[in-house]
Amino acid sequence: MGFAIICYNTNSILIKDYKDRGVSMFLDDTIAAIATAPGEAGIGIIRISGEKALLITNKIFRPIKGDSLSDYPARRLTYGHIINPENSEKIDEVLVVYMDAPYTYTKEDIIEINCHGGMIPVKRILELILKQGARMADAGEFTKRAFLNGRIDLAQAEAVMDLISAKTEKGFDVALDQLEGSLSKRVEKYRNEVLELLAHIEVSIDFSEEDVDEIALELLLAKSIDIEKSLSNLLETADTGKIIREGLSTVIVGKPNVGKSSLLNTLLRESRAIVTDVPGTTRDIIEEHLNIKGIPLKLIDTAGIRETEDIVEQIGVKKSKEFFNKADLIIFMLDASREITVEDMDIIQLIKDKKALVLINKVDLPVKVDVEKIKDLVGEKRIVKVSLADETGIDKIEEYLEEMVYKGEVKAKDRLMVTNVRHKNALERGLKSLQDGIQAIKNKLPMDFIEVDFKNTWDFLGEITGDTVGEDLIDHIFQNFCIGK
Amino acid sequence: MKYHAGSYDIVVVGGGHAGCEASLAAARMGCKTLMLTLTLDAIAMMPCNPSIGGTGKGHLVKEIDALGGEMGKNIDKSFIQSKMLNTAKGPAVHSLRAQADKMKYQMEMKKTIENEENLDLIQGEVIDLVVEDNLVKGVMVRTGAIYYSKAVILATGVYLKSKIFIGEVNYESGPNGLFPAMFLSEKLKNLGCDLRRFKTGTPARIHADTVDYSKMTIQPGDEEIVPFSFMNDEIKKEQYDCWLTRTTGETLRIIKENLHRSAFYRGDMEGVGPRYCPSIEDKVVRFEDKPTHQLFIEPEGLDTKEMYVQGMSTSLPEEVQIQMLHSVVGLESAKLMRPAYAIEYDCINPTQLKPSLEIKHIENLFSAGQFNGTSGYEEAAAQGIMAGINAVLKIQGKEPFILDRSEAYIGVIIDDLVTKGTNEPYRMMTSRAEYRLVLRQDNSDLRLTEKSYSVGLATKERYEKVMDKKEKVEAEMERLKKATVSPDVANPFLEKIDSTLLKAGISLYELLKRPEVSYEDIKKIENKIESQLPKYVEKQCEIVIKYEGYIEKQLRQIDQFKKLENKKIPEEIDFNKIDGLRLEARQKLTDIRPLSVGQASRISGVSPADISVLLVYLEQRRRQKGGEA
Repeated sequence: MGFAIICYNTNSILIKDYKDRGVSMFLDDTIAAIATAPGEAGIGIIRISGEKALLITNKIFRPIKGDSLSDYPARRLTYGHIINPENSEKIDEVLVVYMDAPYTYTKEDIIEINCHGGMIPVKRILELILKQGARMADAGEFTKRAFLNGRIDLAQAEAVMDLISAKTEKGFDVALDQLEGSLSKRVEKYRNEVLELLAHIEVSIDFSEEDVDEIALELLLAKSIDIEKSLSNLLETADTGKIIREGLSTVIVGKPNVGKSSLLNTLLRESRAIVTDVPGTTRDIIEEHLNIKGIPLKLIDTAGIRETEDIVEQIGVKKSKEFFNKADLIIFMLDASREITVEDMDIIQLIKDKKALVLINKVDLPVKVDVEKIKDLVGEKRIVKVSLADETGIDKIEEYLEEMVYKGEVKAKDRLMVTNVRHKNALERGLKSLQDGIQAIKNKLPMDFIEVDFKNTWDFLGEITGDTVGEDLIDHIFQNFCIGK
Repeated sequence: MKYHAGSYDIVVVGGGHAGCEASLAAARMGCKTLMLTLTLDAIAMMPCNPSIGGTGKGHLVKEIDALGGEMGKNIDKSFIQSKMLNTAKGPAVHSLRAQADKMKYQMEMKKTIENEENLDLIQGEVIDLVVEDNLVKGVMVRTGAIYYSKAVILATGVYLKSKIFIGEVNYESGPNGLFPAMFLSEKLKNLGCDLRRFKTGTPARIHADTVDYSKMTIQPGDEEIVPFSFMNDEIKKEQYDCWLTRTTGETLRIIKENLHRSAFYRGDMEGVGPRYCPSIEDKVVRFEDKPTHQLFIEPEGLDTKEMYVQGMSTSLPEEVQIQMLHSVVGLESAKLMRPAYAIEYDCINPTQLKPSLEIKHIENLFSAGQFNGTSGYEEAAAQGIMAGINAVLKIQGKEPFILDRSEAYIGVIIDDLVTKGTNEPYRMMTSRAEYRLVLRQDNSDLRLTEKSYSVGLATKERYEKVMDKKEKVEAEMERLKKATVSPDVANPFLEKIDSTLLKAGISLYELLKRPEVSYEDIKKIENKIESQLPKYVEKQCEIVIKYEGYIEKQLRQIDQFKKLENKKIPEEIDFNKIDGLRLEARQKLTDIRPLSVGQASRISGVSPADISVLLVYLEQRRRQKGGEA
């Protein structure tokens, strides 16, 4: 619902874009461009997309064995040389990968040539490719194709556009993160919360005689205010261009029964700020926000930590690595009353290059762990001996945390930024509608009026993810309420 | 033996709610019309719930009435209880519902049909269509009678190959023991119609004298009766009660124990049922932790003892139904009169229809009602009147009459059906309408009567009455803007209703904007006990003024909506030749053939990217043709 409006807005942007470029949009020709950022770098990548990608590459690429890239399976790196077909001159030593349609970024055949970095080889190879019949891609044209081919949603498309023009590394990171859809995901989360409220409102209107509890206005108000806060926070990142001030993302890790939950609970007790449990629509990750000595922390607790107490076992080593990579800080816990185990060693390997604080818990029990050995293993990392049972050593944890942050060892990564004018605008309008809705509730306006503001909020947030209401709402109603004659 | 039985402008197949409205509309627009139906005893029959209206549905009835249809007038003649739902909510979702005396409803409608000039009523089962070169030319009845016509409207309801299911028992039958239409489906399939099976169900009827009402909660009608029809100013009559009761733990136990015997769960049925009308066994399974479900016991009419058990639709075996009924509070010794059943039937995939309800590939063949995949009397009637109007316009060589989503709930239904199709019997809900605040029942006449009058359906009398309403509303709004009130006069009243006191004079218009101030209060402040204005004028002013901000906002959205809606897609466009469109979009657009970019944007499988491609393509095409910038 409200789709037409969304469509109109976004499309007018696109159309304007096409007009500005002054090129026909119905091109199925083959395009090429340098995919890596300009400047001196170790590797440069040239990307070719389109029907003739393979044909063109075959003219200029000689693999070490065989005649052409066509002799090799798709989706594998093939080593060889770029040759100028006119004079057989070797231009560069390269690795080439061929990805066949439709399972590619643009849903067309794509070839990527990894060559030596620096402008000269990259440019020469590109020129060769263009000579063989490819067309220089316009800025963002791969994305546009991906978008036009239905491959990516709007937010992702625009993030990629940002990616292409991103100059600074920081901008690059944010763009990457958006590319992963994290903005979409975040906005989707808030949207789902709005959807849930909408469903409640709609049920009370369309099925007023049914046996369903009407959502209390107070609850509706409270929930709306929660969402409002989240949206304002997200929008703040657009206004200041700063990180979302939600704290250092911190992961507690350790083998089962080492006391992770106790630590979490102890820290939560010690926390001087309001502890919020952010309820997500997906329940696998719980974020606890707390504040230690003025440092905002976001403790990330997976369901796994609580249930099996073992994140590594629960989600696998590879996943854990990703998880750890995303964390700004890791708190690694060891059990003083037990010898170092294989699991401990695994974790030590995983966190080797990470900012981590090592806690040796249960020092109230007979100490069996070899502290000296741990020191050797973890290198420069700070070690604290604690007993969560006796509540000793907690001060030290806080002190070390503070030290690490203020000495600049631990920094929050700029994780999620609203970098795009359109996104900012959509968020602003979404927030405004929600605030109108909150005002409407306070003014005791009837449900069907309140609903309009919530529906608008939903629509505006949808502009970021490119999704539209459609049957979502009605599905939600039938799934969650027992109604009907 | 085949014989030529007559020639008409329009033949309507079916005498249910869609067929009645279609026939009456066609006849009233001056076409020689024939209604053919399986039995003359089931004109406008209500085989399920004994009520008309309700949320969303009430809006439809008001709109049908505004267009000059019959449903509103007919229920006004035959209701035995009237209730405005949602009065605690805003005016946009106030919904009228009336309990009908079913037999009276049928008889009144039959009378109207019989008395209609230009309209013939004949009993007969249509078993074939006369189609030449994809143009419909008439119908053939089982007796051999062939009726030629310029257009045909199919309103076959649930009768095509219908099958009844009661537990393990199933047999071919229409609702209420009427015989099914077994022949037409195959003919339609041969003509390229994409038919599918839908199912629906109805609860048991019990004897009124075997119900213990002392254990139930009474559900009376409203003291003040609001008529459905704009042509009826005031109705006063005696009203009859409905009753509210509940299932018990014992009911749940019986259902769970016998679940395997339910036709739904046995897998006997191939049809798709509606989610909003689940059987009691479905409710029990899907909402397992709900210990009890509410049931309404509603009279079926004044000349019958049958009571309708709303909320207990089921396909469990008859003996289980009896046990189940006896486990309900107050039904311990209830006598079953008609068992509940599920029914399965053939209907068309409505994406095969144009927004005019004409079947795309068979010219002058229209369809309406449950045959188009909807559910409900009101939904059927709404399509019926539109099919009737459009069939007439088509044979007159005129532009179709299409209401868009911002103009009427009727527009929402039809747009949903023909653009998105439906996977279950489609029911109107106000949440399906994105411009709900504007599509109110109180302004349905202001929205639609003029349009209907201009295509020749709404009568002059109705048109003038609506124009009078419009003028009076406008005049009163102007007056309220100009009339001011001083603090001395207003404050004593404002104090009584806990409203902020005035410090300076203010217009009545501004004062009425306050949430706590009603038009009645304004009248008191003005010291006008007797108003010379009709109540509906006062009400209209109050709503428009009070909710001005919201309504304005929605009107702006409608402007936006109209922009895409007004970008028409020329009929000759070949979507397969638009290279930028994804394959799926090309297919979908080719199938649906949307009339506008707006409609195209609502087709599932057509992405915003496709729409932008389409827009750019249309723009390009326009420029190539040398259109203006």
